[in-house]
Amino acid sequence: MSFLNYFKGKKPKSASVAKERLQIIVAHERGQRAQPDYLPQLQQELVEVIRKYVQISDDMVQVDVDRNDHCSVLELNVTLPEK
Amino acid sequence: MARIIVVTSGKGGVGKTTTSASISTGLAKHGQKTVVIDFDVGLRNLDLIMNCERRVVYDFVNVIQGEATLNQALIKDKRVDGLYILPASQTREKEALTKEGVEKVINELSGTFDYIVCDSPAGIEHGALMALYHADEAIVVTNPEVSSVRDSDRILGILQSKSKRAENGLEPAKEHLLLTRYNPERVDKGEMLSVQDVEEILAIPLLGVIPESQVVLNASNQGLPVILEEDSDAGQAYEDAVARLLGEEREHRFLTAQRKGFFSRMFKGA
Repeated sequence: MSFLNYFKGKKPKSASVAKERLQIIVAHERGQRAQPDYLPQLQQELVEVIRKYVQISDDMVQVDVDRNDHCSVLELNVTLPEK
Repeated sequence: MARIIVVTSGKGGVGKTTTSASISTGLAKHGQKTVVIDFDVGLRNLDLIMNCERRVVYDFVNVIQGEATLNQALIKDKRVDGLYILPASQTREKEALTKEGVEKVINELSGTFDYIVCDSPAGIEHGALMALYHADEAIVVTNPEVSSVRDSDRILGILQSKSKRAENGLEPAKEHLLLTRYNPERVDKGEMLSVQDVEEILAIPLLGVIPESQVVLNASNQGLPVILEEDSDAGQAYEDAVARLLGEEREHRFLTAQRKGFFSRMFKGA
């Protein structure tokens, strides 16, 4: 098998794998960095409010801020448990 | 007013102290009165790299706590005129570097020096934050390797949000990428991130590329800033970086693999 692979030369070089992985993780981390710092607390308080009515765990509420040129959108995703 | 440069990276072992020693030595050689400060309290090493470890009497923390004056603590370099070293303390807690204390020392140095080079400790803790807080410029030392590039991006984020310039809404610190331990042969083989790859990911201007070289270890063994090895590739690459820092335009060198001749391939096993 490896003999054939040698001639095909199809295995991606490790440097390009590294670059691709870095581009993804760095973009993700920059996105998080740009989030306002009240976000974690907002998320926590939202979880507590929702818990008054429905039993959910912390990770079932996702809070994100999307920024466009003209406005910011606060995106709130709540996953409700199955009944 | 001195220009304050932080040499930082996030990740350890990428060449911050080597770079601080060479950049400060280079600036002094260009006639700029320069002081290099070791911020790595508890893990002082700049003194070893600069070959003044046996001349340390007082340190940075002694000055902050008023146990010594700046003049007592500053060590004058014996090789290059106009170069001084302020060593870190070896014994105290990192928190001994108070914000006010650091500020006072920097302000005092600022009156008499052209450049203040701050050698940051690794990490993103107190010492690293203190080192970058006053920076007008930041040299981000990066190896062409995933963890180093990611950490560099992280420290850039911290520089942009936690430095004095950021807090006061001033013009942000000027950022420079210094790629160290670069091996063009491995880049050619697709085994190492290229300069262009790292530039593209970090998106900051390139100050220099220091080739991976045996000279660097040889120089540090002897306590010689590698920039003083003037015939070596790494020494010349640092000299180019210093010239660029001072505004000169210089082409980047040592980026391509040297073609090995028939004989060296025969005898050194390619």
